[in-house]
Amino acid sequence: MRFKTVTSPHILQHTSVGQVMRRVLYAMIPGIAALVWFFGWGVLINLALATAVALGAEAVMLSIRGKPLALHLGDYSAVVTAWLLAVALPPLAPWWLTVIGVLAAIVVAKHLYGGLGYNPFNPAMIGYVALLISFPREMSAWLIPHGMGQSHALGLLDTLQIIFGGVGSLPIDALTGATPLDVLRTKLGLGQTVAEIRNSPVFGIVAGQGWEWVTAGFLAGGLWLVYTRTAAWQIPAGLLGGLAVMATVFYLIDPQHYAPPWFHLWSGAVIFGAFFIATDPVTASTTPRGRLIYGAGVGILIYVIRGFGGYPDGVAFAVLLMNIAAPTIDLYTRPRVFGEKPS
Amino acid sequence: MSALFPFHGGLKTVRHKTESNQTPIQAGILPPRLTVPLRQHIGAIAKPLVQPGDRVLKGQMIGQPDGYISAAIHAPTSGVVSAVDQQPVPHPSGLSDLCVTIETDGEERWIDREPVDYRRLHPSELRQTIRNAGVVGLGGAGFPSAVKLNLAGRSEPLATLMLNGAECEPWITCDDRLMRERAAEVVAGLQIMAHLLEPQEVLIGIEDDKPEAIAAMTAACAGTGYEVRPVPTRYPSGSVKQLVKLLTGKETPVDGLPVDVGVQCFNVATAYTVHRAINCGEPMLSRVVTVTGQVHRPGNLETLIGTPFAELIKQCGGYRENVERLIMGGPMMGFALHSDDAPVTKAANCLLAAGSAELAPELPVLPCIRCGACMDVCPANLLPQQLYWHARAKEFDQARDCHLFSCIECGCCSHVCPSHIPLVQYYRYAKNEIWAKEKEKQRAEQARQRHQARMERLEREKQEREAKLRQKAPVRPEPAVASTNPHSDPLTPAPSPAKGEGHPEG
Repeated sequence: MRFKTVTSPHILQHTSVGQVMRRVLYAMIPGIAALVWFFGWGVLINLALATAVALGAEAVMLSIRGKPLALHLGDYSAVVTAWLLAVALPPLAPWWLTVIGVLAAIVVAKHLYGGLGYNPFNPAMIGYVALLISFPREMSAWLIPHGMGQSHALGLLDTLQIIFGGVGSLPIDALTGATPLDVLRTKLGLGQTVAEIRNSPVFGIVAGQGWEWVTAGFLAGGLWLVYTRTAAWQIPAGLLGGLAVMATVFYLIDPQHYAPPWFHLWSGAVIFGAFFIATDPVTASTTPRGRLIYGAGVGILIYVIRGFGGYPDGVAFAVLLMNIAAPTIDLYTRPRVFGEKPS
Repeated sequence: MSALFPFHGGLKTVRHKTESNQTPIQAGILPPRLTVPLRQHIGAIAKPLVQPGDRVLKGQMIGQPDGYISAAIHAPTSGVVSAVDQQPVPHPSGLSDLCVTIETDGEERWIDREPVDYRRLHPSELRQTIRNAGVVGLGGAGFPSAVKLNLAGRSEPLATLMLNGAECEPWITCDDRLMRERAAEVVAGLQIMAHLLEPQEVLIGIEDDKPEAIAAMTAACAGTGYEVRPVPTRYPSGSVKQLVKLLTGKETPVDGLPVDVGVQCFNVATAYTVHRAINCGEPMLSRVVTVTGQVHRPGNLETLIGTPFAELIKQCGGYRENVERLIMGGPMMGFALHSDDAPVTKAANCLLAAGSAELAPELPVLPCIRCGACMDVCPANLLPQQLYWHARAKEFDQARDCHLFSCIECGCCSHVCPSHIPLVQYYRYAKNEIWAKEKEKQRAEQARQRHQARMERLEREKQEREAKLRQKAPVRPEPAVASTNPHSDPLTPAPSPAKGEGHPEG
């Protein structure tokens, strides 16, 4: 009797790229729920729109590149990119903003560089930064927490009208406001002390009002990702550690003009970035020590951009800058091979 | 209990041990024909000692070791040699090799068996007996054991003699059954090994999913000072370098052998075979083979070397439904046989008839997402995904710099890859390419040296001739002028590449 010959191993673990990507999506649910609670329907509409555009763009690019559609659409990587970008967009962002961002992410940052696994830069962050640079006014129009949990909640129809028609029953300026990090930055520029600024109503217990719960949601999901080993623990550890060290040093030097480390850790996109953005394995460092260094680099850069750069938050730029450094970090952080003399 | 020193990585795999380890070892049937390969070991192929038509006795040497690293081959039963020719052998390539085919006579007529008292024999004679008994490592590598039992030239005394009873691959249970049923014989063989190597300690590593084997071996070791050390069930604890690390904490150097850190390790079945060779005078004629998977009666068979795999399957009740692959060895490192007419060899520890229930479905390969799951499980602490990128890009020098040759091909990386990339296949490919290139380089160097030697010889001969000519006719001016141009000398042929001597392929 004759048999088929295939090389070993002959048994494989039940795992797939699709499973890894779906876990990332599940882990985002608590954070997304908090976002919807505080910022309303717009979050869900952005997510739906971004997902649809991402899948469409992915399908077109795959067929142009002659790749099997079902196989690659089934890896959920486009959906992950869409969600990562969508939650970073202002909840009432006009539809075209989402579309342009997703196209920049999927078409330019992902497929023009060779598709899944070959992109040197985090696609969602390329999309985000492209929008931030090209449309700063739309990108800074974040809502004041007003969502379903609040008394002045905006209805689904109103939200749809604002996103797709540009007008709603209320003028958009009445709904938007500066984010907590914006407030901090602006008022520090006006010479106020951190303590004075913290009395502003946009701030809650630790960080921004409402925002701190969103952060808690993403932290819960992120810890689950680390627990299931979907994300490497070294990256968030390095990132939060790097940022904490920087913030602590400056806070100790001058607590009047530098926000405390816990505020930095809990504000803006730090927790989300630490567990969901910087951990994108394709664009991050891959060695154990390298991941720590990579994470720490992102954390330090976030602080530098926030404190001394031109943007209130710096997660996207910090991640992209460290993406460039990842291959070099890998080269110099190879683990000691079994039986190799300690160097 | 002594401390263990865990190695990096590894896996919990499926076990599937109970399918075959619930029944005692059965004697294999005597098939009408045995095909005995003359190469069942690492090293030079044995020289055939028989011709078609020769009658052979059970235990008679039919293949003589050719060189130091080689092993003897014996007739597993009595009969008549019908052929000495190329036959299919179990090898991943599916190629044939030189085999002795014996038509068995069913009489099992033995040679004169001469058990010896190993304590009275000179170590070199003892080693010679083991070598002539054809004992090779039975864990799969098939390295001639007599070579490993010789520590001449090593200044340090051996720290540890280790017996490997880990049997970490799923499905395989031949060592488990052997230790349960023949622990005393295994320990008797171990005593002979210890007599030769004079180690400071003797350790036996067994995975803790084999409590019966651990108990049997512990009982058999009573009074010997040998220690049975259960190790956690974690693939690949049975890989020699990993087991040495586990039990002693010593890491075998990248390009070295365990003996370089004072440890010599043998498989339990090898110890058993040494016992048979010395205490019973029986060379290696059979081994225990696990037959499992999609067969009706899985179990362990004590099978004569040269028995076709199809006979083993028949004895175990035949194939059940849809056997897709026939695997020799375990599902992690074993290779798929082309057909079941290949014969059992000394290294054949398991025959796994694998169907859809045993095998992973063949999944399409996706791009590497650098998730690092492979790195987390690599017992050699390599960066498998970087090796993969280099192998794929045919950057073999970089692959070698990333310690490609530390890869033990255990299969952990492929096992966990979410993109289903056949990583091990890439590493084998890269290794083979590097070996091929090295051979090519050696051959070219040899050819160059040969060419140079030839040119020197021609030059020397020419000078000798000229010297003779000068002696015969000391005063003759014209030839002296002509001889400055070698090509015009009618007696010296111009060096011609057409002869092939200067060609690298020559």
